[in-house]
Amino acid sequence: MKSKLLTALLLLAVALPASAGEAAPTAADVALEKRVMAISEELRCLVCQNQTIADSNAGLAVDLRNEVREKLAAGMSEREIIDFMVARYGDFVLYRPPVKITTVLLWFGPALLLALGLWLFLRTVLRRRASAMAPLSSTEHARAAALLKNTEGDR
Amino acid sequence: MTAENAADAPTRSKWRFLLPLAAFLVLAVLLFVGLGLNPREVPSPLVGKSAPHFELPQLHRPDQRFSEQDMRGKVWLLNVWASWCASCRDEHPVLVELAKSGVMPIIGLNYKDKREDGIAWLARFGDPYVLSAFDEKGKVGIDYGVYGVPETYVIDKAGVIRYKRIGIVTPQIVSQKILPLIRELNREK
Repeated sequence: MKSKLLTALLLLAVALPASAGEAAPTAADVALEKRVMAISEELRCLVCQNQTIADSNAGLAVDLRNEVREKLAAGMSEREIIDFMVARYGDFVLYRPPVKITTVLLWFGPALLLALGLWLFLRTVLRRRASAMAPLSSTEHARAAALLKNTEGDR
Repeated sequence: MTAENAADAPTRSKWRFLLPLAAFLVLAVLLFVGLGLNPREVPSPLVGKSAPHFELPQLHRPDQRFSEQDMRGKVWLLNVWASWCASCRDEHPVLVELAKSGVMPIIGLNYKDKREDGIAWLARFGDPYVLSAFDEKGKVGIDYGVYGVPETYVIDKAGVIRYKRIGIVTPQIVSQKILPLIRELNREK
């Protein structure tokens, strides 16, 4: 009996702080929460770099979501909040990097490589086809005949 | 003309045979260099800009406040630390040593910590800071673009951030980056 009570208390102790961390959204701020999440999807969590701050539960991501929420509630526009984050964390905080001179290769490099590959492929195929269809010259005929004769002779 | 082409053809095809190998080598070198890069070292947009304004209670004296304005006219180091941060402990001896040399004042920013934990941590490992500002909620941390404690800023006499280090300050960084920079900044008016 005593141990059961202790277990229950322990479970409560574990559960309480977990629920205290984030307040459950009420119906009134569901719309606000939607906007918070929309902006959060655009922002990279710098602690866990392959996640947005919407996906991550790292301490910093939670803080930044709260920051976004406060700023939205204070009437800042989405653009202003994104600019606020970029001013502090740099372009890297944007999950979709902006098109700039430094990011041109990032944006268009893959397309460039694909184009290069297609060009090489087509060139090779066309050349092969052209050489396959070219009729043999008389000297080539003579060489081919000689080779055939040789192999027959071997048998 | 035709004879020349015919002579050219074999050498050209020999070169083309080496082309994939060359491409592979270039790729291998790029990837190898990439291995050595640290993706956590994101260039800070704050370098070259004025240190964001803040005013916080001090860690040891809650009734007294500290603002970056108090350091105007001095070249100083702002070090973001926390008692829960494991790498801060690795970094700490370097800072203690640096503080002993007295080259510049080091101000701590106790980031998202509990006051008693922070004070106890400094009592245990030594306190290199002139004082620590107490950023309980991490708000100032956000203004300074902090995401990986410890972080260190060199701020000049005019209050402009001149250098930012994300992660541990090593003895090499002190001797190769921070000290030369401090010497240079101290010469500025």
